[in-house]
Amino acid sequence: MAILVKPDTKLLVQGITGSFGARHTQLSIEYGTQVVAGVTPGKAGQKFQDTVPIFDGVAEAARETGATASAIFVPPPFAADAILEAVDAGLELVVAITEGIPVRDMIEVKAAINGSATRLIGPNCPGVVTPGTDKDSHGGCRIGIAPGYIHKAGDIGVISRSGTLTYEAVWQLTCNGLGQSTCVGIGGDPVPGSTHLDIIKLFNDDPDTRGIIMIGEIGGSAEEEAAAWIKENCKKPVAGFIAGTTAPPGRRMGHAGAIISGGKGTAEAKIAAMEDAGISVAETPSQMAEALIKIL
Amino acid sequence: MEEMNLHEYQAKQLLASHGVEVPGGQPCTTADEARNIAEGLFAAGQEMVVLKIQIHSGGRGKGVFKDGFKGGVHLCKSADDVHEKAKAMLGNTIVTKQTGEAGRQVHTLLVASGEKIVDEFYLAVLLDRETSQPLIMASREGGVDIEEVAETNPDAIVKLNVDPLLGLQPYQARNLAKALGLSGKLIHHGAKLIAGVYKTWWECDASMVEINPLCIVENADGSQKIAAVDAKISVDANALYRHKDIAEMRDLNEEAELEVEASKYDLNYIKLDGSVACLVNGAGLAMATMDAIKHYGGDPANFLDVGGSASTEQVTAAFQIVLKDPNVKAILVNIFGGIMNCNTIAEGVVAAAEATHLKLPLVVRLEGNNVAAGRKTLADSGLTLIGADSMAEAAQKVVAEAAA
Repeated sequence: MAILVKPDTKLLVQGITGSFGARHTQLSIEYGTQVVAGVTPGKAGQKFQDTVPIFDGVAEAARETGATASAIFVPPPFAADAILEAVDAGLELVVAITEGIPVRDMIEVKAAINGSATRLIGPNCPGVVTPGTDKDSHGGCRIGIAPGYIHKAGDIGVISRSGTLTYEAVWQLTCNGLGQSTCVGIGGDPVPGSTHLDIIKLFNDDPDTRGIIMIGEIGGSAEEEAAAWIKENCKKPVAGFIAGTTAPPGRRMGHAGAIISGGKGTAEAKIAAMEDAGISVAETPSQMAEALIKIL
Repeated sequence: MEEMNLHEYQAKQLLASHGVEVPGGQPCTTADEARNIAEGLFAAGQEMVVLKIQIHSGGRGKGVFKDGFKGGVHLCKSADDVHEKAKAMLGNTIVTKQTGEAGRQVHTLLVASGEKIVDEFYLAVLLDRETSQPLIMASREGGVDIEEVAETNPDAIVKLNVDPLLGLQPYQARNLAKALGLSGKLIHHGAKLIAGVYKTWWECDASMVEINPLCIVENADGSQKIAAVDAKISVDANALYRHKDIAEMRDLNEEAELEVEASKYDLNYIKLDGSVACLVNGAGLAMATMDAIKHYGGDPANFLDVGGSASTEQVTAAFQIVLKDPNVKAILVNIFGGIMNCNTIAEGVVAAAEATHLKLPLVVRLEGNNVAAGRKTLADSGLTLIGADSMAEAAQKVVAEAAA
């Protein structure tokens, strides 16, 4: 089937009336996603596109519509509050798309939601897609900003810190006739809600995921931690790619989390850890699907 | 700009306002001002005054100015000496191990009390990415490169994770002070300073606060205290909206000109040394494109993320910026047009190439929504651009063009 979301997952959108949130909510609805509510404090009673009811808060939106997942599009200064509100409302899944949330806010959020039943994906991420079976993969669940049509329903799990690099991998899979169970963008920030390892474990337990593509980049040690776990525990073939072999140390490469500091977080170390774990590492970003096909 | 670096004097101002003991002193931009500040310090009983250039670079003390004048940090015994050294350094360009050959021009000096240093330590607060918690690092070995200590004498470094919801507890600060070997009253002085440094990190939304060296200094009466003798702070740029005072500390003299220009258009640009320029949408894809160029034998001239939407205005600005780099021999545009219509992007690329009178070879790889129309727009544009279907093909073609 899939991880995190299914085609019948009921989604609410926090920040549905902002231009970015509105545009991508519309695209999600067109994709077939069950968008059941929007949340914008002060706009209760209004409707998004004349169909989706808007509420003042997450708790009442979830209570009245049965939503179990949230997509967050609110601006950075208010995003941490939006995440905490969604967690407090007891949602199963919160996907924070917002880019540019201060690190300190995320340190607090991560500590505050520790032990809660809510899974946080992001922030600064493209979101989660479980492709559907209609034309251009419509009929699935799309949370976030990924282009829906590049997907195809199938049994490959994709996880990545980057947006367009994820699309690249998904598109390569689709062009090779390989569909995806679920594609998860965990985001490029230094304090992510979920790590590569968190998602790899879900894919490993998902009976409908046959193989996994794990895309990483310089900075931190999340890829190494995932690789160490994969080496001992993963039952499924994993291919991977690490971006940033040519990145200079000490510079942040676009993503706040993509930085080599104190000699740590290099692409070389990550690739070595992945190869040691038996992961098929693509030499160039054009060969991500190929690297997986080789070992399927 | 993902993070903003501060000058030493700015870092010390922030630290002092959070209760951290720092040597007395003031910044200045002229030799006469330097003399005035020094006279004040000598009059207050200081025997030594230290003069330090304020640039965003380590290794200032061992740097050499372009006219041969040695050292960016000087201990002076008289106001005349301060004046003379300040005159030699202000406006002059220094090369340190971190500035590269171009060096950095000195605009500001810090004139501070020259403390009698009894012992030196290291202290830093940063994010621990493995736990998503603040991390305090302290070492008995101060005044030296901490990365070197980590390799040669890792046991000298003490690490402490702080629960961000509770904050640093007094006993934790005392434990760190004891781990540095402090005893008696100095345990309390040290703990107070460590608490102040943590508070500075937290309240200023710093990415990093580094005190190196943290010192035991001797007062005129022979008693001892703990002080932050040198300090470095970088601040999370995403949090500057709530720190107007810190935002005003930004010094554009310290940032590469093209990177400042790029930031005006919300472009993420980092200049590198190669000859193949690249314009890509998305940070991960931009890094991967650089890697592909290297894989096929070329050298990337830059990292450039034109953003998820890649508007015509941004693409045009991106072309203008990469074309200002004289090393560039060929350009690769790699756009995965997810939501955006590839034809719109293609029109943007054509408009940008025309607006900048592009003469260099241009390889374009477009993929995604309505790609056929986009490729047709490129082909019909009359521009001599080279198309490619995959990233690998695009990288190979642009490397060949740059070498030709």
